[in-house]
Amino acid sequence: MGEVLLDIRDLFVEFKVYEGRLKVLNGVFLTVHKGQRVGLVGEAGCGKTTTMKCILRILPSPPGRITEGQVLFRGEDVLKMPPRKVQRVRGKRISMIFQDPTAALNPVFTIGDQLMTVIRYGSQDTLSRKEVRRRAITALKEVQLPDPERIMASYPIQLSGGMRQRVCIAMALATEPELLIADEPTTNLDVTIQDQVLRLLNELVEQKGTSVIFITHSLGVVREMADWVYVMYAGNIIEGGRKEDLFRDPFHPYTQGLMRAVPKLTGGGIAEGIRGRIPDYLDPPPGCRFHPRCERAMARCERERPPLLPAEEGHEVACFLYQG
Amino acid sequence: MRDPILKIKDLKKYFVTSRGTVRAVDEISFTLFEGETLGLVGESGSGKSTTAYTVIGIYAPTSGKILFRGQDISSPVSARPKSLKRAIQIVFQDPGTSLNPRRTIGQILELPLRVHRVGDRHDRRKKVVELLRMVELPEDYIYKAPHMLGGGERQMVAIARALATEPDLVILDEPTSALDVSIQAKIINMLIQFQKDMDLSYLFITHDLSLMRNVAHRVAIMYLGKICELASAVEFFENPCHPYTKMLLSSIPVVSEEEEDVKPRKIVSRGEIPSPVNPPPGCRFHTRCMERNGVCSKALPKVVEVGEGHFVWCHLFEEKEEG
Repeated sequence: MGEVLLDIRDLFVEFKVYEGRLKVLNGVFLTVHKGQRVGLVGEAGCGKTTTMKCILRILPSPPGRITEGQVLFRGEDVLKMPPRKVQRVRGKRISMIFQDPTAALNPVFTIGDQLMTVIRYGSQDTLSRKEVRRRAITALKEVQLPDPERIMASYPIQLSGGMRQRVCIAMALATEPELLIADEPTTNLDVTIQDQVLRLLNELVEQKGTSVIFITHSLGVVREMADWVYVMYAGNIIEGGRKEDLFRDPFHPYTQGLMRAVPKLTGGGIAEGIRGRIPDYLDPPPGCRFHPRCERAMARCERERPPLLPAEEGHEVACFLYQG
Repeated sequence: MRDPILKIKDLKKYFVTSRGTVRAVDEISFTLFEGETLGLVGESGSGKSTTAYTVIGIYAPTSGKILFRGQDISSPVSARPKSLKRAIQIVFQDPGTSLNPRRTIGQILELPLRVHRVGDRHDRRKKVVELLRMVELPEDYIYKAPHMLGGGERQMVAIARALATEPDLVILDEPTSALDVSIQAKIINMLIQFQKDMDLSYLFITHDLSLMRNVAHRVAIMYLGKICELASAVEFFENPCHPYTKMLLSSIPVVSEEEEDVKPRKIVSRGEIPSPVNPPPGCRFHTRCMERNGVCSKALPKVVEVGEGHFVWCHLFEEKEEG
């Protein structure tokens, strides 16, 4: 495996609200190697997006606050960088694609204006107008948009949802970043469009050798998009492993429950979901945060937080069932 | 086969806008039988929700007939008798907006009982508690407001409200697509149980084919205001015929190798759904179809029964039948 590109170590995040403090991230560990496609999967409110925002330092603060932990990008802690330096990393070496392309694009500027701004800022040297334009058109061609000249002159509202997301992908990749963070990029799209966008994204990152963190709530999508998958629950990474291992033989009771609950194309009905709901972050359960919903909880689970440890080669889990 | 509860005949619903007429639903026909779940599947803009809203009476059809147990109900909701409103109920996609934020759960569940004059205050109160128990929510939720509940719990309340009047037909408009899978599983299993207990018929609107495989008895696929394939769920997934159905199936992200084997191979999704304002002539799907030929852009395909109860609207099958 390649060198470590991004290493999140023991990250804690709190949000201050009227009622008190929401203890959202509870010691997140996450590693991305160079050229690797990492999937981060979990249900609504588990902290996926909060984790991403810490990497880019775009966590709104207040109310958010990183209380502990490190985000090492090529060995350097992003959380300790001066603001100017973060700006140089953000959008150039690490770029992102958001869930809603309509909100990510400015409605009053043309696609060309917005894309060329990104290219101008992202480049090391000063480029001529012509060169910027040429690169913008190349970027649009790369995401297989028909008639790039016309798209350059269009406003976001004139494009369909799928096309807008392609534009966002073009923007994110135009600066040749080392790491791409994609946060639910196809959740708003229809399934046939999602399929096209995912295939395109896979082709592009492979061709450019970009590392990816792909955030999604869908186990099916993560299976298409990642080599290594992390499962998140209530502010913790509870399991991580090579895609093949994790899908064939999930370890954590939560992952197992989630897998069972997914409706299968082969039929056979849907298994009962996981009882209960995600905990209240104001007063999360002590020990393992999953224990109140876990069928196999032991006394120890209520007291101690299980660390994320390898249970076998290429498959780690945070559960005492696998830790003597 | 049991008696039909709902019959839709050549239903059309057009919307006139300043930019042209939107042909949201364009001559569709299907039948829903008593105690059955019919899945209406399609992408956004296919007209599946418009169909549902026309059945419930939010829209009056432009033309065509809707028959509920033989009775013509192609009238808007304001012109419908109360007994009909009691018999047909709906659960919307987003329980965040379909529940009144200024009422308590108790008041929300009592409203349909009051409208339909069920018992006195005492009886209604008892019935509300019963409804809550039925969807496995604690009794003290009567005093809670919708915003204090989780998304899944809110949808349970919406389902309880729909079932309060003891309906015969329930329209489920994407009831779980805003929810997490673990909650979805619970709600779907509950819906299946209610169907058995109360002999309900479901018109289930969704974009999720994997879900349909596990819920519906029969599935109809809609594309741009038209139905393109209709079959029993088992037949549908074993032998998909319409090129659009195959494209949909091949696009679904799945979680196991066994499921990969169900997906048709060598089909690649391409293109986007065109605008319903100016739908393409001939077969609506021909602009994206891998197997189109000359006739597709000229004539509308006729329906062909390729197997028992398996209908396809595609020129490929017409030719086969003639030849």
